[in-house]
Amino acid sequence: MQDIQYAAPKTIDEAVALVAGANGSGRILAGGTDLLVQMRSGMLSPGLIVDVKKIGELTRISEEGGGFVIGAAVSGAQIGEHARLPKAWPGVVEAINLIGSKQIQGRASAGGNLCNASPAADSVPALIAAGAIVVVQGPKGRREMPVEKFHAGPGRSNLTPGEIVVGLKLPPRAAGSADAYLRLIPRTEMDIAVVGCGVSLTLQNGKCTAARVGLGAVAPTPLLVEEAGKALVGTTLDEAALGKAAAACRAACKPIDDKRGTIAYRTKIAGVLLQRAAKIAADRAKG
Amino acid sequence: MSKIHVTTTINNEPVEFLCDGSQTILDVLRDTLGLTGSKEGCGSGDCGACTIMVDGRMICGCLMLGAEAEGKRVETIEGMAQGDHLHPLQQKFIELAALQCGICTPGFLVASKALLERNPKPSEHELRYWLAGNLCRCTGYDKIIQAVMEVAADLRK
Repeated sequence: MQDIQYAAPKTIDEAVALVAGANGSGRILAGGTDLLVQMRSGMLSPGLIVDVKKIGELTRISEEGGGFVIGAAVSGAQIGEHARLPKAWPGVVEAINLIGSKQIQGRASAGGNLCNASPAADSVPALIAAGAIVVVQGPKGRREMPVEKFHAGPGRSNLTPGEIVVGLKLPPRAAGSADAYLRLIPRTEMDIAVVGCGVSLTLQNGKCTAARVGLGAVAPTPLLVEEAGKALVGTTLDEAALGKAAAACRAACKPIDDKRGTIAYRTKIAGVLLQRAAKIAADRAKG
Repeated sequence: MSKIHVTTTINNEPVEFLCDGSQTILDVLRDTLGLTGSKEGCGSGDCGACTIMVDGRMICGCLMLGAEAEGKRVETIEGMAQGDHLHPLQQKFIELAALQCGICTPGFLVASKALLERNPKPSEHELRYWLAGNLCRCTGYDKIIQAVMEVAADLRK
Protein backbone atom coordinates (compact mmCIF):
# COMPACT_ATOMS: atom_id res chain seq x y z
CA MET A 1 0.00 0.00 0.00
CA GLN A 2 1.13 3.56 -0.71
CA ASP A 3 1.45 6.45 1.74
CA ILE A 4 -1.87 7.14 3.36
CA GLN A 5 -2.79 10.01 5.67
CA TYR A 6 -4.86 9.12 8.72
CA ALA A 7 -7.12 11.53 10.58
CA ALA A 8 -9.47 10.93 13.51
CA PRO A 9 -11.57 14.09 13.85
CA LYS A 10 -13.80 14.65 16.87
CA THR A 11 -16.67 16.42 15.09
CA ILE A 12 -18.80 15.73 12.03
CA ASP A 13 -17.96 19.18 10.60
CA GLU A 14 -14.25 18.37 10.73
CA ALA A 15 -14.83 14.97 9.12
CA VAL A 16 -16.89 16.51 6.32
CA ALA A 17 -14.24 19.19 5.73
CA LEU A 18 -11.48 16.58 5.60
CA VAL A 19 -13.35 14.40 3.09
CA ALA A 20 -14.40 17.41 1.01
CA GLY A 21 -10.80 18.66 0.95
CA ALA A 22 -9.33 15.35 -0.20
CA ASN A 23 -10.46 15.70 -3.84
CA GLY A 24 -12.22 12.37 -3.91
CA SER A 25 -9.32 10.43 -2.40
CA GLY A 26 -10.76 10.48 1.14
CA ARG A 27 -12.44 7.40 2.57
CA ILE A 28 -14.44 7.06 5.76
CA LEU A 29 -13.24 4.42 8.22
CA ALA A 30 -15.83 3.04 10.62
CA GLY A 31 -15.29 -0.67 11.33
CA GLY A 32 -12.91 -1.08 8.40
CA THR A 33 -14.13 -4.58 7.62
CA ASP A 34 -14.81 -3.63 4.00
CA LEU A 35 -12.38 -0.70 3.58
CA LEU A 36 -9.24 -2.53 4.71
CA VAL A 37 -10.08 -5.58 2.58
CA GLN A 38 -10.61 -3.36 -0.47
CA MET A 39 -7.34 -1.51 0.17
CA ARG A 40 -5.43 -4.74 0.55
CA SER A 41 -6.85 -6.21 -2.63
CA GLY A 42 -5.88 -3.08 -4.55
CA MET A 43 -9.50 -2.14 -5.33
CA LEU A 44 -9.04 1.13 -3.43
CA SER A 45 -6.02 3.26 -2.65
CA PRO A 46 -7.22 6.25 -0.64
CA GLY A 47 -4.95 9.22 0.01
CA LEU A 48 -6.72 10.00 3.27
CA ILE A 49 -8.52 7.81 5.76
CA VAL A 50 -10.97 9.63 8.02
CA ASP A 51 -11.65 7.53 11.12
CA VAL A 52 -15.07 8.62 12.41
CA LYS A 53 -15.02 6.61 15.65
CA LYS A 54 -13.93 9.57 17.77
CA ILE A 55 -17.18 11.39 16.89
CA GLY A 56 -19.79 11.01 19.64
CA GLU A 57 -22.88 11.12 17.44
CA LEU A 58 -21.57 8.40 15.14
CA THR A 59 -20.64 6.01 17.94
CA ARG A 60 -23.73 5.93 20.12
CA ILE A 61 -27.29 4.66 20.00
CA SER A 62 -29.75 7.30 21.16
CA GLU A 63 -33.49 7.17 21.79
CA GLU A 64 -35.55 10.02 20.42
CA GLY A 65 -39.33 10.40 20.56
CA GLY A 66 -39.92 6.68 20.97
CA GLY A 67 -37.57 5.77 18.12
CA PHE A 68 -33.86 5.02 17.93
CA VAL A 69 -30.94 6.62 16.15
CA ILE A 70 -28.05 4.25 15.51
CA GLY A 71 -24.78 6.13 14.96
CA ALA A 72 -23.27 5.15 11.62
CA ALA A 73 -20.10 3.70 13.20
CA VAL A 74 -21.73 1.74 16.04
CA SER A 75 -20.55 -1.89 15.85
CA GLY A 76 -22.87 -4.86 15.41
CA ALA A 77 -21.80 -6.16 18.82
CA GLN A 78 -22.87 -2.90 20.50
CA ILE A 79 -26.19 -3.00 18.67
CA GLY A 80 -26.82 -6.60 19.73
CA GLU A 81 -26.02 -5.81 23.37
CA HIS A 82 -28.20 -2.70 23.62
CA ALA A 83 -30.74 -2.83 26.45
CA ARG A 84 -33.85 -1.97 24.39
CA LEU A 85 -33.06 -1.94 20.67
CA PRO A 86 -33.13 -5.75 20.10
CA LYS A 87 -36.57 -5.95 21.75
CA ALA A 88 -37.99 -3.08 19.70
CA TRP A 89 -36.42 -4.10 16.37
CA PRO A 90 -35.49 -7.81 16.54
CA GLY A 91 -35.40 -8.13 12.74
CA VAL A 92 -33.07 -5.20 12.21
CA VAL A 93 -30.76 -6.43 14.96
CA GLU A 94 -30.69 -10.05 13.76
CA ALA A 95 -29.89 -8.80 10.25
CA ILE A 96 -26.99 -6.66 11.45
CA ASN A 97 -25.72 -9.46 13.70
CA LEU A 98 -25.63 -11.88 10.74
CA ILE A 99 -22.81 -9.90 9.11
CA GLY A 100 -19.61 -11.92 9.44
CA SER A 101 -18.07 -13.57 12.47
CA LYS A 102 -17.96 -12.45 16.11
CA GLN A 103 -14.65 -10.79 15.28
CA ILE A 104 -16.27 -8.86 12.42
CA GLN A 105 -19.20 -7.96 14.67
CA GLY A 106 -16.73 -6.33 17.05
CA ARG A 107 -16.06 -3.70 14.39
CA ALA A 108 -18.52 -3.79 11.47
CA SER A 109 -21.22 -1.11 11.52
CA ALA A 110 -24.68 -0.76 10.01
CA GLY A 111 -23.56 2.52 8.45
CA GLY A 112 -20.65 0.76 6.78
CA ASN A 113 -22.83 -2.10 5.55
CA LEU A 114 -25.08 0.52 3.95
CA CYS A 115 -22.22 2.51 2.39
CA ASN A 116 -20.49 -0.60 1.02
CA ALA A 117 -23.65 -0.81 -1.10
CA SER A 118 -23.64 -4.52 -1.78
CA PRO A 119 -26.97 -5.69 -3.24
CA ALA A 120 -26.67 -8.61 -0.78
CA ALA A 121 -25.98 -6.53 2.35
CA ASP A 122 -27.78 -8.25 5.21
CA SER A 123 -28.78 -5.20 7.22
CA VAL A 124 -30.37 -3.30 4.34
CA PRO A 125 -33.58 -5.28 3.59
CA ALA A 126 -34.38 -5.26 7.32
CA LEU A 127 -33.75 -1.51 7.52
CA ILE A 128 -35.94 -0.94 4.45
CA ALA A 129 -38.74 -3.00 6.01
CA ALA A 130 -38.33 -1.02 9.22
CA GLY A 131 -38.83 2.28 7.37
CA ALA A 132 -35.40 3.45 8.53
CA ILE A 133 -34.13 6.89 7.49
CA VAL A 134 -30.48 7.60 6.62
CA VAL A 135 -29.11 10.85 8.06
CA VAL A 136 -26.26 12.26 5.98
CA GLN A 137 -24.17 15.38 6.34
CA GLY A 138 -22.04 17.11 3.76
CA PRO A 139 -20.58 20.48 2.80
CA LYS A 140 -24.11 21.78 2.14
CA GLY A 141 -25.52 20.65 5.45
CA ARG A 142 -27.65 17.79 6.67
CA ARG A 143 -30.35 15.85 4.86
CA GLU A 144 -32.32 12.64 5.28
CA MET A 145 -33.45 9.95 2.88
CA PRO A 146 -35.25 6.62 3.22
CA VAL A 147 -32.87 3.64 3.16
CA GLU A 148 -34.48 2.34 -0.05
CA LYS A 149 -33.42 5.58 -1.83
CA PHE A 150 -29.78 5.34 -0.68
CA HIS A 151 -28.35 2.94 -3.26
CA ALA A 152 -27.64 3.72 -6.90
CA GLY A 153 -26.30 0.31 -7.95
CA PRO A 154 -23.84 -2.36 -6.86
CA GLY A 155 -21.15 -0.54 -4.83
CA ARG A 156 -22.69 2.87 -5.52
CA SER A 157 -24.74 5.17 -3.30
CA ASN A 158 -26.63 8.43 -3.82
CA LEU A 159 -24.29 10.32 -1.50
CA THR A 160 -22.96 13.46 -3.18
CA PRO A 161 -19.23 14.26 -3.01
CA GLY A 162 -18.15 15.05 0.54
CA GLU A 163 -21.28 13.63 2.18
CA ILE A 164 -20.98 11.11 4.99
CA VAL A 165 -23.56 8.94 6.71
CA VAL A 166 -24.16 10.10 10.26
CA GLY A 167 -26.76 7.65 11.47
CA LEU A 168 -29.86 5.55 10.89
CA LYS A 169 -33.19 6.56 12.36
CA LEU A 170 -35.70 3.89 13.33
CA PRO A 171 -39.23 5.22 13.84
CA PRO A 172 -41.33 4.79 17.01
CA ARG A 173 -43.13 1.43 17.22
CA ALA A 174 -46.92 1.09 17.37
CA ALA A 175 -48.23 -1.53 19.83
CA GLY A 176 -48.41 -5.00 18.24
CA SER A 177 -45.48 -4.38 15.91
CA ALA A 178 -42.49 -6.60 15.17
CA ASP A 179 -40.00 -7.40 12.43
CA ALA A 180 -37.91 -10.32 11.20
CA TYR A 181 -35.08 -10.93 8.76
CA LEU A 182 -34.21 -14.19 7.03
CA ARG A 183 -31.49 -14.92 4.54
CA LEU A 184 -30.71 -18.03 2.56
CA ILE A 185 -27.10 -19.18 2.49
CA PRO A 186 -25.80 -22.64 1.58
CA ARG A 187 -24.08 -23.02 4.97
CA THR A 188 -25.11 -22.08 8.50
CA GLU A 189 -22.83 -19.10 9.15
CA MET A 190 -20.30 -16.73 7.57
CA ASP A 191 -21.66 -16.42 4.06
CA ILE A 192 -23.22 -13.92 1.69
CA ALA A 193 -26.98 -13.97 1.14
CA VAL A 194 -28.39 -15.75 -1.91
CA VAL A 195 -31.60 -13.92 -1.01
CA GLY A 196 -32.41 -11.82 2.06
CA CYS A 197 -35.87 -10.74 3.16
CA GLY A 198 -36.96 -8.34 5.90
CA VAL A 199 -40.59 -7.96 7.03
CA SER A 200 -41.93 -5.42 9.50
CA LEU A 201 -45.61 -5.45 10.42
CA THR A 202 -48.23 -4.33 12.91
CA LEU A 203 -51.06 -6.56 14.13
CA GLN A 204 -54.19 -5.21 15.81
CA ASN A 205 -56.82 -7.68 17.00
CA GLY A 206 -55.31 -10.33 14.75
CA LYS A 207 -55.39 -8.14 11.65
CA CYS A 208 -52.37 -6.73 9.89
CA THR A 209 -52.67 -2.93 9.81
CA ALA A 210 -49.26 -2.05 8.42
CA ALA A 211 -46.53 -4.02 6.63
CA ARG A 212 -43.32 -3.29 4.78
CA VAL A 213 -41.11 -5.78 2.95
CA GLY A 214 -37.45 -5.42 1.93
CA LEU A 215 -35.60 -7.80 -0.38
CA GLY A 216 -31.86 -8.20 -0.88
CA ALA A 217 -29.61 -9.95 -3.43
CA VAL A 218 -32.35 -10.12 -6.07
CA ALA A 219 -31.65 -6.84 -7.91
CA PRO A 220 -28.83 -4.30 -8.43
CA THR A 221 -29.92 -2.63 -5.18
CA PRO A 222 -31.90 -3.83 -2.15
CA LEU A 223 -35.62 -3.32 -2.81
CA LEU A 224 -38.68 -2.03 -1.01
CA VAL A 225 -41.53 -4.27 -2.26
CA GLU A 226 -44.55 -2.07 -1.68
CA GLU A 227 -46.97 -4.51 -3.36
CA ALA A 228 -45.96 -7.26 -0.92
CA GLY A 229 -46.70 -5.01 2.05
CA LYS A 230 -50.06 -4.03 0.56
CA ALA A 231 -50.98 -7.69 0.07
CA LEU A 232 -50.58 -8.27 3.81
CA VAL A 233 -52.42 -5.19 5.13
CA GLY A 234 -56.05 -5.82 6.05
CA THR A 235 -55.57 -9.59 6.27
CA THR A 236 -55.05 -12.04 9.11
CA LEU A 237 -51.85 -13.15 7.34
CA ASP A 238 -53.69 -16.23 6.09
CA GLU A 239 -52.20 -18.46 3.41
CA ALA A 240 -53.92 -16.55 0.59
CA ALA A 241 -52.49 -13.23 1.75
CA LEU A 242 -49.02 -14.70 2.23
CA GLY A 243 -49.26 -16.29 -1.22
CA LYS A 244 -50.17 -12.97 -2.77
CA ALA A 245 -47.32 -11.18 -1.00
CA ALA A 246 -44.91 -13.93 -2.08
CA ALA A 247 -46.03 -13.47 -5.68
CA ALA A 248 -45.39 -9.71 -5.34
CA CYS A 249 -41.87 -10.48 -4.10
CA ARG A 250 -41.19 -12.82 -7.02
CA ALA A 251 -42.48 -10.18 -9.44
CA ALA A 252 -40.12 -7.56 -7.96
CA CYS A 253 -37.00 -9.74 -8.46
CA LYS A 254 -34.49 -8.76 -11.13
CA PRO A 255 -31.62 -11.00 -10.06
CA ILE A 256 -28.49 -12.23 -11.80
CA ASP A 257 -27.21 -15.76 -12.28
CA ASP A 258 -24.01 -16.29 -10.32
CA LYS A 259 -22.20 -18.94 -8.30
CA ARG A 260 -24.53 -18.34 -5.35
CA GLY A 261 -27.78 -18.91 -7.19
CA THR A 262 -29.62 -18.81 -10.48
CA ILE A 263 -32.26 -16.28 -11.48
CA ALA A 264 -35.01 -18.90 -11.16
CA TYR A 265 -33.81 -20.10 -7.75
CA ARG A 266 -33.42 -16.60 -6.30
CA THR A 267 -36.87 -15.60 -7.55
CA LYS A 268 -38.53 -18.64 -6.02
CA ILE A 269 -36.68 -18.25 -2.72
CA ALA A 270 -37.70 -14.58 -2.42
CA GLY A 271 -41.32 -15.71 -2.09
CA VAL A 272 -40.46 -18.51 0.33
CA LEU A 273 -38.47 -16.23 2.63
CA LEU A 274 -41.22 -13.61 2.59
CA GLN A 275 -43.75 -16.12 3.90
CA ARG A 276 -41.42 -17.44 6.60
CA ALA A 277 -40.23 -13.99 7.72
CA ALA A 278 -43.81 -12.68 7.87
CA LYS A 279 -44.79 -15.60 10.11
CA ILE A 280 -41.85 -14.96 12.45
CA ALA A 281 -42.65 -11.23 12.60
CA ALA A 282 -46.31 -12.04 13.31
CA ASP A 283 -45.40 -14.45 16.12
CA ARG A 284 -43.17 -11.79 17.64
CA ALA A 285 -45.88 -9.14 17.29
CA LYS A 286 -48.29 -11.38 19.19
CA GLY A 287 -45.61 -11.64 21.93
CA MET B 1 6.19 10.90 4.86
CA SER B 2 5.81 11.44 8.59
CA LYS B 3 4.87 8.53 10.77
CA ILE B 4 1.91 8.45 13.13
CA HIS B 5 2.78 8.35 16.81
CA VAL B 6 0.49 6.02 18.77
CA THR B 7 0.21 5.61 22.54
CA THR B 8 -1.66 2.52 23.63
CA THR B 9 -1.79 -0.33 26.14
CA ILE B 10 -0.84 -3.84 25.08
CA ASN B 11 -1.29 -6.68 27.54
CA ASN B 12 -1.50 -4.16 30.39
CA GLU B 13 1.81 -2.51 29.45
CA PRO B 14 1.94 1.08 28.17
CA VAL B 15 3.35 1.01 24.65
CA GLU B 16 4.28 3.69 22.13
CA PHE B 17 4.99 3.05 18.48
CA LEU B 18 5.28 4.78 15.12
CA CYS B 19 3.33 3.51 12.13
CA ASP B 20 2.24 4.44 8.62
CA GLY B 21 -1.37 5.21 7.78
CA SER B 22 -1.67 1.96 5.87
CA GLN B 23 -0.24 -0.38 8.51
CA THR B 24 -2.63 -2.70 10.31
CA ILE B 25 -2.38 -3.31 14.04
CA LEU B 26 -1.38 -6.86 13.10
CA ASP B 27 1.58 -5.50 11.08
CA VAL B 28 2.56 -3.32 14.03
CA LEU B 29 2.28 -6.14 16.57
CA ARG B 30 4.29 -8.57 14.47
CA ASP B 31 6.80 -6.39 12.62
CA THR B 32 7.30 -3.34 14.86
CA LEU B 33 6.75 -4.76 18.33
CA GLY B 34 7.92 -8.35 17.77
CA LEU B 35 4.70 -9.83 19.13
CA THR B 36 4.45 -12.59 16.53
CA GLY B 37 1.91 -14.74 18.37
CA SER B 38 -0.99 -13.29 16.37
CA LYS B 39 -0.81 -14.82 12.91
CA GLU B 40 -1.74 -13.53 9.50
CA GLY B 41 -3.78 -16.17 7.69
CA CYS B 42 -6.05 -14.61 5.09
CA GLY B 43 -5.58 -10.88 5.68
CA SER B 44 -9.26 -10.33 4.93
CA GLY B 45 -11.07 -11.10 8.19
CA ASP B 46 -12.17 -14.60 7.22
CA CYS B 47 -9.85 -16.91 9.16
CA GLY B 48 -9.49 -15.41 12.65
CA ALA B 49 -5.80 -16.32 13.07
CA CYS B 50 -5.11 -12.67 13.99
CA THR B 51 -7.87 -12.47 16.63
CA ILE B 52 -7.02 -9.97 19.35
CA MET B 53 -9.04 -8.08 21.96
CA VAL B 54 -9.44 -4.30 21.73
CA ASP B 55 -11.25 -2.58 24.61
CA GLY B 56 -12.70 -5.97 25.55
CA ARG B 57 -14.02 -6.78 22.08
CA MET B 58 -12.81 -9.53 19.81
CA ILE B 59 -11.58 -8.25 16.46
CA CYS B 60 -9.40 -9.27 13.53
CA GLY B 61 -6.03 -7.54 13.80
CA CYS B 62 -5.73 -7.54 10.01
CA LEU B 63 -8.81 -5.30 9.71
CA MET B 64 -7.78 -2.56 12.13
CA LEU B 65 -5.19 0.12 11.49
CA GLY B 66 -2.31 0.55 13.89
CA ALA B 67 -3.24 4.23 14.18
CA GLU B 68 -6.63 3.23 15.57
CA ALA B 69 -4.98 1.74 18.67
CA GLU B 70 -4.43 5.23 20.11
CA GLY B 71 -5.80 5.22 23.66
CA LYS B 72 -7.10 1.66 23.35
CA ARG B 73 -6.53 -1.43 25.47
CA VAL B 74 -5.13 -4.21 23.29
CA GLU B 75 -4.80 -7.81 24.43
CA THR B 76 -2.97 -10.48 22.44
CA ILE B 77 -2.10 -14.13 22.87
CA GLU B 78 1.20 -13.06 24.47
CA GLY B 79 -0.78 -11.80 27.47
CA MET B 80 -2.62 -15.06 28.04
CA ALA B 81 -0.11 -17.09 30.04
CA GLN B 82 1.02 -15.69 33.39
CA GLY B 83 4.78 -16.08 33.12
CA ASP B 84 5.46 -19.81 32.76
CA HIS B 85 1.96 -20.61 33.96
CA LEU B 86 -0.21 -21.44 30.96
CA HIS B 87 -3.87 -20.44 30.82
CA PRO B 88 -6.14 -23.48 31.34
CA LEU B 89 -7.20 -23.24 27.68
CA GLN B 90 -3.57 -23.37 26.52
CA GLN B 91 -2.88 -26.32 28.83
CA LYS B 92 -5.96 -28.21 27.61
CA PHE B 93 -5.19 -27.59 23.95
CA ILE B 94 -1.84 -29.31 24.54
CA GLU B 95 -3.32 -32.18 26.54
CA LEU B 96 -6.03 -32.93 23.99
CA ALA B 97 -3.87 -32.22 20.94
CA ALA B 98 -6.31 -29.54 19.84
CA LEU B 99 -3.75 -28.26 17.36
CA GLN B 100 -1.43 -29.52 14.69
CA CYS B 101 0.35 -26.82 12.70
CA GLY B 102 -0.55 -24.14 15.25
CA ILE B 103 -1.20 -21.21 12.94
CA CYS B 104 -4.85 -20.91 13.94
CA THR B 105 -4.24 -21.70 17.62
CA PRO B 106 -3.60 -18.19 19.02
CA GLY B 107 -6.82 -16.99 17.42
CA PHE B 108 -8.82 -19.93 18.76
CA LEU B 109 -7.41 -19.39 22.24
CA VAL B 110 -8.16 -15.65 22.32
CA ALA B 111 -11.66 -16.23 20.94
CA SER B 112 -12.40 -19.11 23.33
CA LYS B 113 -11.22 -17.11 26.33
CA ALA B 114 -13.47 -14.22 25.26
CA LEU B 115 -16.46 -16.56 25.10
CA LEU B 116 -15.85 -18.16 28.49
CA GLU B 117 -15.53 -14.74 30.10
CA ARG B 118 -18.97 -13.81 28.77
CA ASN B 119 -20.63 -17.19 29.02
CA PRO B 120 -19.09 -19.69 31.46
CA LYS B 121 -21.52 -22.41 30.37
CA PRO B 122 -21.81 -22.37 26.59
CA SER B 123 -23.58 -25.16 24.77
CA GLU B 124 -21.56 -26.89 22.06
CA HIS B 125 -23.87 -25.19 19.57
CA GLU B 126 -23.09 -21.73 21.01
CA LEU B 127 -19.39 -22.51 21.05
CA ARG B 128 -19.33 -23.62 17.42
CA TYR B 129 -21.17 -20.47 16.33
CA TRP B 130 -18.87 -18.29 18.44
CA LEU B 131 -15.84 -19.87 16.77
CA ALA B 132 -17.29 -19.70 13.23
CA GLY B 133 -14.84 -16.91 12.44
CA ASN B 134 -11.82 -19.08 13.29
CA LEU B 135 -10.72 -21.52 10.62
CA CYS B 136 -8.58 -24.61 11.26
CA ARG B 137 -7.47 -26.81 8.37
CA CYS B 138 -5.77 -29.47 10.51
CA THR B 139 -7.92 -30.67 13.37
CA GLY B 140 -11.41 -30.90 11.95
CA TYR B 141 -12.46 -28.77 14.96
CA ASP B 142 -13.66 -31.60 17.21
CA LYS B 143 -10.61 -31.56 19.45
CA ILE B 144 -10.76 -27.79 19.77
CA ILE B 145 -14.44 -27.92 20.71
CA GLN B 146 -13.79 -30.73 23.19
CA ALA B 147 -10.91 -28.81 24.79
CA VAL B 148 -12.92 -25.61 25.24
CA MET B 149 -15.94 -27.50 26.61
CA GLU B 150 -13.72 -29.31 29.14
CA VAL B 151 -12.07 -26.08 30.26
CA ALA B 152 -15.48 -24.44 30.62
CA ALA B 153 -16.56 -27.32 32.87
CA ASP B 154 -13.28 -27.19 34.86
CA LEU B 155 -13.54 -23.43 35.40
CA ARG B 156 -17.08 -23.80 36.74
CA LYS B 157 -15.93 -26.22 39.44
